[in-house]
Amino acid sequence: MCGIVGLLVKNPKMRANIGELMMPMLIGMTERGPDSAGMAIFTEPVNKGDLKYSLYAPSMEFNWQGLAHDFDAHLGSRVSISSQGNHAILVSHLESSTIKTWIKEHYPTVHVLSVGQSIDVYKDTGLPADVAARYDFPKLSGTHLVGHTRMATESAVTPAHAHPFTAGEDWCLVHNGSLSNPNSLRRKLEHEGIMFETDNDTEAACRFLEWRMREGDDLHTSLQKGFEELDGFFTLLMGTKDQLALVRDPFACKPAVVAEHDDYVAIASEFRSLARLPDVKNAKLYEPMPEELYIWKV
Amino acid sequence: MESLDLQKISVRELNQYLHKELPTKGITQLEILNPDGVHSIAAGMDAPVDIDIQGHGGYYVGGMNKHANITVHGNVGWGVAENMMSGSVRVKGFASESAGASGHGGTLIIEGDASLRCGISMKGIDIVVGGNVGNFSCFMAQAGRLVVCGDAGDGLGDSLYEAVIYVRGKVKSLGADARIEPMTEQDYAAVKDLLGRAGFKHDPKEFKRVASAKTLYNWNADANQEY
Repeated sequence: MCGIVGLLVKNPKMRANIGELMMPMLIGMTERGPDSAGMAIFTEPVNKGDLKYSLYAPSMEFNWQGLAHDFDAHLGSRVSISSQGNHAILVSHLESSTIKTWIKEHYPTVHVLSVGQSIDVYKDTGLPADVAARYDFPKLSGTHLVGHTRMATESAVTPAHAHPFTAGEDWCLVHNGSLSNPNSLRRKLEHEGIMFETDNDTEAACRFLEWRMREGDDLHTSLQKGFEELDGFFTLLMGTKDQLALVRDPFACKPAVVAEHDDYVAIASEFRSLARLPDVKNAKLYEPMPEELYIWKV
Repeated sequence: MESLDLQKISVRELNQYLHKELPTKGITQLEILNPDGVHSIAAGMDAPVDIDIQGHGGYYVGGMNKHANITVHGNVGWGVAENMMSGSVRVKGFASESAGASGHGGTLIIEGDASLRCGISMKGIDIVVGGNVGNFSCFMAQAGRLVVCGDAGDGLGDSLYEAVIYVRGKVKSLGADARIEPMTEQDYAAVKDLLGRAGFKHDPKEFKRVASAKTLYNWNADANQEY
């Protein structure tokens, strides 16, 4: 079991407090996923030519300024870094492959959670309320977000195994369910030169879909191919820099409910996570159908 | 009328009150406020009381109900009235998956749509759905009746036993061993009675009957696992 939440605000005034609006949604999914939690939030893009990196360190006392200093010294390029405990957001105009390689060589315990112009990812083990407090989720602002609470059923409980998963740039995915063919999918993608960071089934789905889009498929086509390739149970919620997308497996084995309001679109595994949204009484509530693709644009 | 507010008490406190104190007080009517998608509201009722739930319920609303008449003024999550024994549950909005699962008796009325697996393994309950039902409804249903005023999804009545389904709209596909049969006078009378109980004004003549062809009742060694 796991819990999924998603929120896209249509009313620009609500962007400043999207984190606060999302909080009861995430907390509402605690029973469905008490072992880890995470969130991807899409913000104003960084300057053209720059990319930002959400980084995770194994210690709350990690010396992020030291990392920035070493980066500057080794790569001859200043970076801006803003940190909160074991999490930091680094912005740089260097090639992402250069940065990833440098981090791997010099700070092998630091994990790159996401890369993109708009995306920030936070995830860690612990109760959703604790993870939210660790990174001050209520203070976050942005246009749309994807959140997850995890109850692990198929791989270890570690920060890296928590959702959202990311691949490429400005792309993330959360999953409620379990896949039965992640290993064959993984072998197929490894032949394409795609590297995996965990043995988690969701990561296979995430990298598959991102690979298809990188190969030129649009989101719709890549998900059609996903239906052909992915075997198992899934409600998948995905985020790109300007949209949220949702699909459910043909048997709709995992729940989902949507609230569409003039001011926002909210998605959750269950209504209890939508109950505290402003004026939800006047939202259009419905259950997404199996095997149908739902896309909401910012 | 007595009001119980789920903002103020937990669902466990609510249900303990409904099970233990309520029957001793002779209360015949009460309402539950701020259900907000909480699970198991008024599950395990065993008293003849009318309960109005003012809002959306979570999973298993009115599960195992005996005697009570429960009305939800909103939508419900999975397994509404699952394993109901008697009494009634009415949902004013839509019901998520497995509505009335394994129900033994009583009447479940869903005014909106019911999602997938409505009436799965039902054992005597009557279910009336004002809108559509999702895929795999009445899977392995053993007894009771399902009336669908709208359309039915894929695999309707797969592996049915003695339960009977009446559908007014289109059936996307029938499940294994389910077939459309001619309506008899008894069927028209049954549909009329059930629609009347639900308060839906359709003509019973518009409904068709889906029941088991009973080819799965006995093991067929020659079928070579092809059904």
